[in-house]
Amino acid sequence: MRVALFIPCFIDQLFPNVGIAMVTVLRRLNVDVYYPEEQTCCGQPAFNTGYWDEARTLAARYCEIFTGADAIVSPSGSCTAMVRNFYPELLGKATQATAHTYEFAEFLVKKLGVTDVGAKFPARVTYHDACHALRELRLKDEPRQLLRNVKGIELVEMDQAETCCGFGGTFSVKFPMISYAMDEVKVTSIQKTGAQYVVSTDSSCLMQIDGYLRRQNLPIKTISLAEVLAAT
Amino acid sequence: MTTTLEQFKHDAAEKTADLRHRAVIQKAIATYDAAVARGRLRFADWQNARSHAAAIKWETINHLDRYLEQFERNVLANGGHVFWAETAEDARAHILQLARQHGVEKVVKSKSMTTEEIHLNDALEAAGIHTVETDLGEYICQIRGEPPYHIVTPVMHLTKADIARTFQEKLGTPPTDSAEELTMIARARLRQEFLTADMGITGANFAIADTGMVAITENEGNARLSFSLPRVHVAIVGIEKLIPRFEDLALFWPLLSGSGTGQAITAYSSLIGGPRQEREADGPREFHVILLDNGRTRLLADSEQRDALHCIRCGACLNACPIYKNVGGHAYGTTYQGPIGSVITPHLRDAEEWSHLPYASSLCGACTDVCPVRIDLHHHLLHNRRNAVQSKFDSPLQRLLFRAWLATMQSPAAYSVASRLANLALRLGVAQPLLKPWTATRDFPTPPKQSFKDYWRQHGRGA
Ligand code: SF4
Repeated sequence: MRVALFIPCFIDQLFPNVGIAMVTVLRRLNVDVYYPEEQTCCGQPAFNTGYWDEARTLAARYCEIFTGADAIVSPSGSCTAMVRNFYPELLGKATQATAHTYEFAEFLVKKLGVTDVGAKFPARVTYHDACHALRELRLKDEPRQLLRNVKGIELVEMDQAETCCGFGGTFSVKFPMISYAMDEVKVTSIQKTGAQYVVSTDSSCLMQIDGYLRRQNLPIKTISLAEVLAAT
Repeated sequence: MTTTLEQFKHDAAEKTADLRHRAVIQKAIATYDAAVARGRLRFADWQNARSHAAAIKWETINHLDRYLEQFERNVLANGGHVFWAETAEDARAHILQLARQHGVEKVVKSKSMTTEEIHLNDALEAAGIHTVETDLGEYICQIRGEPPYHIVTPVMHLTKADIARTFQEKLGTPPTDSAEELTMIARARLRQEFLTADMGITGANFAIADTGMVAITENEGNARLSFSLPRVHVAIVGIEKLIPRFEDLALFWPLLSGSGTGQAITAYSSLIGGPRQEREADGPREFHVILLDNGRTRLLADSEQRDALHCIRCGACLNACPIYKNVGGHAYGTTYQGPIGSVITPHLRDAEEWSHLPYASSLCGACTDVCPVRIDLHHHLLHNRRNAVQSKFDSPLQRLLFRAWLATMQSPAAYSVASRLANLALRLGVAQPLLKPWTATRDFPTPPKQSFKDYWRQHGRGA
């Protein structure tokens, strides 16, 4: 099986370690990965802002670039949902590439049937359900199964695990006051767990949460699920 | 002049900064959540009930013309009257005319968002007709001079102490912290109004095509008094309120109360089948139904968003919405708040003026998951955004930015140059001021020197 890496633009630029961690885990599981270097952005910012023509151009581009891969894996529930759930609406049809794009945790558990990747991460963590992973891809248990099998980890659920962190792409800059209030609600819930780390499938949510944590000088750290799974 | 968008931003900033306000509504919603979670357990299969309800509504809305005419025929056969109001103005004018015709001096009203939508109270008062809201929550809104804060829970934002203070200030009643006493204060006043009112105005939760009946759910008995004591009853019914058959209530009543309050069924469930008949001891002499369009047929014509007319106004999507929970109901500035309001308001009212509401969402999808009639709420917010761009309601600057952005993203070389520039600007700290809306309250990450692509070129390939 030839697995293509879909590294969303903001992961490429801001959080390359997340992509690297995903590669580490996949290689540990002997998955043959390749990275189409001409990839850029899936078009979600345009799509979500209403610029569907612009997004459509990038959707077609994505399908071309990734055609032929047996599976396409991405460390982002949000960009995966963009491709798998929204490209068909934009393009008027599903393609081989849209149908075979998976979020990383989803790929491990549902496609590879792996729930223990041999990771070790001795810390108290809480898991944040990224909205698109949870409600567009319906991934609730998969990331948690993977986390529970990490050696030394203590997973504590927060009361608002499913509540949106308030990122929402351009929403976070169009309506910063609302976005910030939502961030506050999220972090308050995280704090109550006494966790050292908040883990999520989506680095965009973690960027939002981390932005609040750092500004308030709170000791909690954010870490992507991929990085936890890569740790040994 | 302040635009609707500026007003929204102003109010949202004020409300999100008001921690007491946020605490009050979050507590109210937590109580609601617990009740609804228990309520759903009463259904053998909640998801299936939702699908079934959605299918019935789908059928109804797609053949609305037929069901409306069937409903009208049956209302007439029962001795009632039907008026088709295309606009809010038509509806108001008709009610005023009825009031004049019957020499109405006083109107009692039960809770109805449709009457809020057409600003009926102001019109009645302007015509010199004394108008009294009889639902406790609406009564409190009325004496405070505020619109309802929530389509189901009009004073969700007020604590018992706030209500006591309102009564003290506006009605001159003695201070109390007892909910019973507060209720008794309102009740004593309202009973007098019921007995002396000439016209009762209600909304409708459902309009039943095959019997020509109007169904009303409530918990205080005030709606029942409003339509049974006065001489004339007027029910204002949005055309989307139709259900085909009497037996559909067996699903829709518990579905509405289950999602609205978590109750198995509301304390009072009434069916109105026409005016008082011979040998009946009570009931109005005349029964009028006003079927209100007021923009709904625009939604009906939109095959993509037609399912927004499934709405039974249960309020569940508001309570699930993290935006609503932080800005509250008044900030929206609309009759219908929260996700459903942001979906339908641009259709029902001026599309450009209200085009910001669909953007005031993180698209988290919590609303869609709770909607008992499976309206695809958060995807319709996306559709509304696309419509706004297609109608050129976007700013020219934003349009330009997305064009430039597309050009960059289409070319790996341009992407590489642009990302290197952005990377440098962020690491030197010169880009942060441009990100002011973000950086005013949150830190923005400093990008590492090496992108994933760089890493791959150096280490990844074939390794
Ligand atoms: S859209 Fe759905 S959840 Fe929201 S008020 Fe209407 S029926 Fe209830």
